[in-house]
Amino acid sequence: MSEAAAAHHVVEPAESPLTPESWGKLGMWNFLAGDAMSFGGLIVGYGILRYSSSNWPVPSAVLGINLTALMTFLLIVSSVTMVKALAAIQSGDKPAFRKFMALTILGGATFLGLQAYEWTHLINHTLPEHKLSFSSHLFATTFFVLTGFHGLHVTGGVIYNSVVLALVNSGRWGANHVEIAGLYWHFVDLVWILIFTFIYLL
Amino acid sequence: MASTTHTHPNYMGIFWVLLVLTVVEVGITFLGLPKMVMGSLLVGLAIWKAALVAMYFMHLKFEPKTLAMIALVPFVLCVFLILMLLPDIGPA
Repeated sequence: MSEAAAAHHVVEPAESPLTPESWGKLGMWNFLAGDAMSFGGLIVGYGILRYSSSNWPVPSAVLGINLTALMTFLLIVSSVTMVKALAAIQSGDKPAFRKFMALTILGGATFLGLQAYEWTHLINHTLPEHKLSFSSHLFATTFFVLTGFHGLHVTGGVIYNSVVLALVNSGRWGANHVEIAGLYWHFVDLVWILIFTFIYLL
Repeated sequence: MASTTHTHPNYMGIFWVLLVLTVVEVGITFLGLPKMVMGSLLVGLAIWKAALVAMYFMHLKFEPKTLAMIALVPFVLCVFLILMLLPDIGPA
């Protein structure tokens, strides 16, 4: 090791507790913190509108809890396949990585399909029957803004995960990229856990 | 932090806990508990589940404290947001 390299090696840990491969993680965490504030603002806004209203319906009487419990289950499973994909690529097992990453993408896509089904059913049948259409009650507006904002995140995650699968498979990206994508995907799962509680169950 | 050294947490164990907590959450809504009790239980369980995802799936438990500090910022700000808006909450 040259003197310059040795000196560099000594200085770096004192400058930052973060290792080079964790800069990407730091960036993703910063983004997620800001994104969490977007969701936080929407959920708090929902709470204020709901508790200021005298005729807010009980969500579980209008929304299908069983279907969304299944959707929650799906996202939790896809989080597990995501960590399995990361563990696989970290130990250099590309076939297992491809399998688990594909399952993660499939889980996200299935979630979106179920959400599209739920929305269609709500818009065409349930909401008009309860006189809760867009024009008549804020219930519909807050519901579609919140679940729609989350659904967009899932859509972004499915695309992001597909790009990661392709680029890691071709060798251009490594395990670090999978870990960073994983952070985003688990965050989407985490937010759904909160939405499921605040929008559907409470 | 180097990805080569840390052993993986028991992911399947976390999965089962999350699954059971979700079933418990749905079950609680059928018990007909007083509104405040049910609300507190559901919010507590949701935060518990979110913490499990952040600590184990997002590896916060095994990361430098810097990342945990970043992750905590939005929660602190949301608490402030709720406190600041409390005077506005209630029937108009």
